[in-house]
Amino acid sequence: MISVRNLVKKFGDVTAVDNISFDVQQGEIFAFLGPNGAGKTTTIKMLTTLLTPTGGIMELDGLNPAVQRNEARRTFGIVFQDPSLDGEQTAYENMDLHAVLYKVPRKLRAERIQKLLTLFELWERRNNIVKTFSGGMKRRLEIARGFLHTPKILFLDEPTLGLDPQTRNQLWTHVKHLNETEKVTVFLTTHYMDEADRVAQRIAVIDHGKIVAQGTPTELKQQTNSESLEQAFLTLTGAGIRDEGATSADQLRQVAKMWSNRR
Amino acid sequence: MSAIYILWLRELKRYIRSRAQIVASLGQPLLYLLVLGFGLGPVFQKAGNGDYLQFVTPGIVSMTVLFSSIFSGIAMLWDRQFGFLKETLVAPVPRIQIMIGRTLGGATVAVIQGCLILTISFIAGFRPTHLAIFPLAFVFMALIAFVFASLGTALGSILQDMQGMQLIMNFMVLPIFFLSGALFPLTNLPKALAIITRLDPLTYGVDALRGVFIAQTAFGLQWDAAVLFLFAAAFVSLGAYLFSKIQL
Repeated sequence: MISVRNLVKKFGDVTAVDNISFDVQQGEIFAFLGPNGAGKTTTIKMLTTLLTPTGGIMELDGLNPAVQRNEARRTFGIVFQDPSLDGEQTAYENMDLHAVLYKVPRKLRAERIQKLLTLFELWERRNNIVKTFSGGMKRRLEIARGFLHTPKILFLDEPTLGLDPQTRNQLWTHVKHLNETEKVTVFLTTHYMDEADRVAQRIAVIDHGKIVAQGTPTELKQQTNSESLEQAFLTLTGAGIRDEGATSADQLRQVAKMWSNRR
Repeated sequence: MSAIYILWLRELKRYIRSRAQIVASLGQPLLYLLVLGFGLGPVFQKAGNGDYLQFVTPGIVSMTVLFSSIFSGIAMLWDRQFGFLKETLVAPVPRIQIMIGRTLGGATVAVIQGCLILTISFIAGFRPTHLAIFPLAFVFMALIAFVFASLGTALGSILQDMQGMQLIMNFMVLPIFFLSGALFPLTNLPKALAIITRLDPLTYGVDALRGVFIAQTAFGLQWDAAVLFLFAAAFVSLGAYLFSKIQL
């Protein structure tokens, strides 16, 4: 369903994604793990047409997102790392706007919105303005919205960041449920290893822009002789803290972005 | 088409829901209208130029439309900050449609704001001489709004942070307003100033509205319309191009 070969992304001198290759099968839940600044979000942005790769080949359901942007956009849904809701509109209006943008047939729209808002326990609050929602409710709404146009692939970029265990637990239950009933391929990133262990069928670990390991959670644990996925992860990527490197890379990325937009 | 409509509708909903903002954004033009209208009125009259309120109202309406439309485009910065921009940029809709929907929404809001100020100026004592061609006023307000909403979208596409906004306010929006002849007649200006005023798109908007309301036009309505159309075409192309280049 997703196929990536020798993908590279450079921001000036900084190589954020360095020659990575992987495949995601249809109907699979695939977790993409890595420390801060490892290149997870950059990869997702390239797969979702928001960034143009420096090199390599990508395929989403047979389409190249770097070239066939509009066709590719119809195949996936995405929940971004940071919020992307319209705070000034109600939950229902946010869903409706999304349905229109993704050309969900008019007849299906209301039914689909009701189904998803009910599933994510937001139906009662559908007519409330989103900026009055709590962090957990906003997240639930974003994920519900991601499923709205029955995408073939759903990208979830750290969807559970900053949520309490109850909400996280519930979210993954819903995601798994929709993965099974609607056959959505899920591509997720998270920092919570227990979540990846529980939800994902296969995992790729990325560090410094390179994929350092791939396999099922069990395989990764065996490879590294670890008891838990967290331990396997630390063995693979080291225990050093990455924030410093990540922020300077981020800054460079910002500068590069600024200039590329000024051109 | 439905994408254009839903984004246009969103801009309108946001406008209607933010009542505080409506009042706040009317404050400045109201101040100009009343203070200048009544404050400078006697001097203007003594100089033999007639009633200043009559003269300045088309200028203040243009100003309202200018501010409102250009800021609707720059407000894209908020959507960038709060993330909603991303939602529209990954949607399977050509970016040109997204850009047009946003721009039309901003332009519509600006026309509504202009009409509100026009209504207030009626209460203050403004009396248009040409009631028959009154509907033409909406056409010109819409044109002005579209020109500057497109410019706003173009600016919003390249702005990355709030600091840039002050720059645009001081070096772009205010000069456009002050050099447009909204507050003073364009006759007998020093040569240099006369040239600059003729490069300002708003000059033709103010001139057209003055032509429609009080039958005073320096260039003629057809010429004004033609120039505004040209600016609209140029800015909407620029806006569409810059909007299509946004990377997040």
